[in-house]
Amino acid sequence: MDLRFRDAEPTDDERAAVDAVLGPPPSSWHGGLRTEDDLHFAAGGREARDQRNLLLPALHAVNDRVGWISEGALDYICRRLTVPPAEAYGVASFYSLLSLKPRPARVLHVCTDLACQARGAQEVRRHVQERLGPPGTSWTPSPCLGLCERAPAALALEAGETPKSTVYAPALPDGGPASGTRAGGRAAGGANAGDTDSAAGQANVQLHDPQTERPDGPATGGARGPGGDGGQGARILLGREEPSAASAVPQAGDPSLVLLRRVGAVDPASLDDYRAAGGYAALRRAFELGPLGVVQEVTESGLVGRGGAAFPAGRKWAAVASRPARPHYLVCNADESEPGTFKDRVLMEGDPYALVEAMTIAGYATGCAKGYLYIRAEYPRATARMRHAIATAHARGLLGEDILGQGFAFDIEIRRGAGAYICGEETAIFNSIEGYRGEPRSKPPFPVDRGLFGMPTVVNNVETLANVLPILLNGAAAYARTGTEGSTGTKLFCVSGGVARPGVYELPFGATLRELLALAGGPPADLRAVLLGGAAGAFVRPDELDIPLTFEGTRAAGATLGSGVVLVLDGSVDLAGILVRIAEFFRDESCGQCVPCRVGTVRQEEALHRLSRAPKAEDLTLLREVGQAMRDASICGLGQTAWNAVESAIDRLGAFPLPSAPLTASVGAGSAASPAPSLVRAASPAAPVALPVPSPPEAS
Amino acid sequence: MTVPLPPPRRLVELTVDGAPVRVPEGSTILDACGGAGQDIPTLCYGDTLTPKNACRVCMVEVEGSRTLVPACSRKAEAGMVVGTSTERARHSRKVVLELLGSSVDLSTTPRAAEWLAEYGARPGRFGEDAAKVEQPVKVDNDLYVRDYDKCILCYKCVDACGEQWQNSFAITVAGRGFDATISTEFDAPLTDSACVYCGNCVEVCPTGALSFKSEFDMRQAGTWEESRQTQTTTICSYCGVGCNLTLHVQDDQIVKVTSPHDNPVTHGNLCIKGRFGYQHVQNLPSPGTSGTPRATSAGDITSPGTAPPRADATEVATGGRT
Repeated sequence: MDLRFRDAEPTDDERAAVDAVLGPPPSSWHGGLRTEDDLHFAAGGREARDQRNLLLPALHAVNDRVGWISEGALDYICRRLTVPPAEAYGVASFYSLLSLKPRPARVLHVCTDLACQARGAQEVRRHVQERLGPPGTSWTPSPCLGLCERAPAALALEAGETPKSTVYAPALPDGGPASGTRAGGRAAGGANAGDTDSAAGQANVQLHDPQTERPDGPATGGARGPGGDGGQGARILLGREEPSAASAVPQAGDPSLVLLRRVGAVDPASLDDYRAAGGYAALRRAFELGPLGVVQEVTESGLVGRGGAAFPAGRKWAAVASRPARPHYLVCNADESEPGTFKDRVLMEGDPYALVEAMTIAGYATGCAKGYLYIRAEYPRATARMRHAIATAHARGLLGEDILGQGFAFDIEIRRGAGAYICGEETAIFNSIEGYRGEPRSKPPFPVDRGLFGMPTVVNNVETLANVLPILLNGAAAYARTGTEGSTGTKLFCVSGGVARPGVYELPFGATLRELLALAGGPPADLRAVLLGGAAGAFVRPDELDIPLTFEGTRAAGATLGSGVVLVLDGSVDLAGILVRIAEFFRDESCGQCVPCRVGTVRQEEALHRLSRAPKAEDLTLLREVGQAMRDASICGLGQTAWNAVESAIDRLGAFPLPSAPLTASVGAGSAASPAPSLVRAASPAAPVALPVPSPPEAS
Repeated sequence: MTVPLPPPRRLVELTVDGAPVRVPEGSTILDACGGAGQDIPTLCYGDTLTPKNACRVCMVEVEGSRTLVPACSRKAEAGMVVGTSTERARHSRKVVLELLGSSVDLSTTPRAAEWLAEYGARPGRFGEDAAKVEQPVKVDNDLYVRDYDKCILCYKCVDACGEQWQNSFAITVAGRGFDATISTEFDAPLTDSACVYCGNCVEVCPTGALSFKSEFDMRQAGTWEESRQTQTTTICSYCGVGCNLTLHVQDDQIVKVTSPHDNPVTHGNLCIKGRFGYQHVQNLPSPGTSGTPRATSAGDITSPGTAPPRADATEVATGGRT
């Protein structure tokens, strides 16, 4: 490939950061010093291009070291990997956590997403803005950070030789007399089951910046003293020691737990603890069963994917196992970015070896020698824990060549996302790992035929894989006895918002929403709605709490379990604000590849802004028409579901009721101006009349 | 001479709008619809490129499919029941056209006005404040112009510049979502990029976002009149490959050069010489004018007194890298 590079030189830091990932440059063809040999022999070519999948890690390396990616750094990365600079620029500009413009080393990401918004994120945002000015390079509003049980949350990422991350959750404004009264308002009131009940004033003097964690270190966060080297960003928010993962599991210690039973009961850094608690028995069982036996058990268990799409895991495994093309790949999707979801983080932080074991079993059953664990970059502690667990398992012969003396070779490589919700889509994740823009691929071909690097690939969510262990330990039949016929086993629910004990709950499928909320301290007296399934999910009303939490039950009720989000909204929450935030989220996270999603999400947001000022029938019609087109014509699930929650808010909660007098007039105008009354629900004059009824009839 | 024939392909039978259609295995639904006489709008589909199915105007309804499917890329399967004009398909096409029409300038997109009318699309209903793709026209070289106000992000130029044809990789899609644009690295001017000015991106652009400088200037001056143009396909005289050139001529002046996409050698692709190096043809003095170059309606582009001959312009644009 005859590439044209720019003539910008990398700094020594940038060069060192890239070399730390790719090794020293072997020749001047790769950006090294010119030697006599280089005049006679060309190097690079296919060998370098085959390393394309290291593009994102290399970009990360520079971004982590310097805070942003300069022209010189990008150029050097491109020379090392024989990647056209334009393509690398396209990749780098795709991810929100990578910057192509200079910015301070430390950047504060303030979560403004649903769960945090329901618990005072606006207050935090206002405070940060007062101190740091409008959002820009030193701070930025962020999509969900997956810390919803401790909302409102913020995360500071600091570039440097050893990049640091600091979690503020709950993010309490620091500084001045205001801090003593918890300016967050509702932020911490009554929440967090005793984790945070010490007086704010006390914490104020005690800790400024303690939840610091080095991504490469396995241990829990080491506290830094007050006035540490955090720079100006450090004192904006009040930090405290990040609580253990178990604090996100109010049920911790309950003997009936299956997936969460080890969280809080074992030291997540200790492989011995894990083995003493029954770890690696499932892998031994897998070796007894053989690959086909494992696939059969998983199929018979009725396990379906927990990432949101609910596809039968056994069918996926059987399909990949049977494909003759080699190699097969396993991808564990830990890019948990659905607003309100944090179960995978808790699993990885609290029981990391379980995921290592489950991935090993999945690799064994489906004939993969390599598994990629794709973790979102907003999860520094989970990444550190997993990295440690993988290294330890490797050292102890539980990964690598000849695992447990069975002649099976398997390895796990961690890949970090870089701030893109869409990379949790099952094909976008392949593009991201391969070093391309994280845009979803067209299906068919499906991943089981052509997935990562064009090879048959199993993609499973963290929680799905965690279920494989109890299936093998107790047998498919025993597993299937829990839950309902259509939804077997147990499910993790991420409860957040207006409840006394937010956190991850594990319940057998079939429990009702009311039972789940009772565990979390009961629904608030002024319950307005519950958002099930996240931004791509649906709202349910206070009179619908008896919905059984199963895939079929929620579907019958016109909702979805999605990724297990249960966001409780009480009367104090501005529903229109939540809807606008959902629309903003999809606009921000749309990859931009297809028109319905790229432009449709923008038009949806614009219409919602107008509706929250003054409800108008034509805006509701517009929303429905655009929503239907997004659902029908978008490439991937993001666009197809971008209108779900808004639709359910309008239909089930009666959001944006129209004033009754001008209703007939505007409906008349709307339908007269709309020449193609193609959608019964969209353009029929009856529909808008039904809308404003505050409590619609029976759930459809 | 023997002509190699492709291996025979089985025929699959499917139903398009109620009528049975038989197409060779591997054909797309779009091929089948063409066979059935259906005219399905397409924008990002390119006859010489792998379908990207990004624009979503060709969506059709296939029985049993949860969502609509893109006709341009989905392979026809035996027994498929395709509806090209169902309510869902027409609704989706209407809204997609509205979304496009409200965000970008479709004024130079062939057939856009016809489709907007056919589907009853009213881009204006999103209001005055609807966000638009607003970028200044990029005129950074003498050969072609990039007006991304008109860009629908179909990816065709990126694919033509990259691995599907030219392998120059000068442009990419940068950014994300509504802010995504076609860009060189760090949005550098083309003259600093890997562009080799083959113009193959202009050849495939479906909306006129990319246009030859000659066409752009004439449109600005209001002198561009396609009805007065003739098209003559000939063979490029620069080298022995034998690329076909289609010369678009208005008022005895070549105003742009394209290439037939069905040419088995080049599939519509040319190099900088074939695409832009035509000026020598018309720098000849006209008979009877004793060596004085003619002034043209295209802004004196052929007058040596006011502008360098086009071949020199090529040199300037590319920094002598041809």
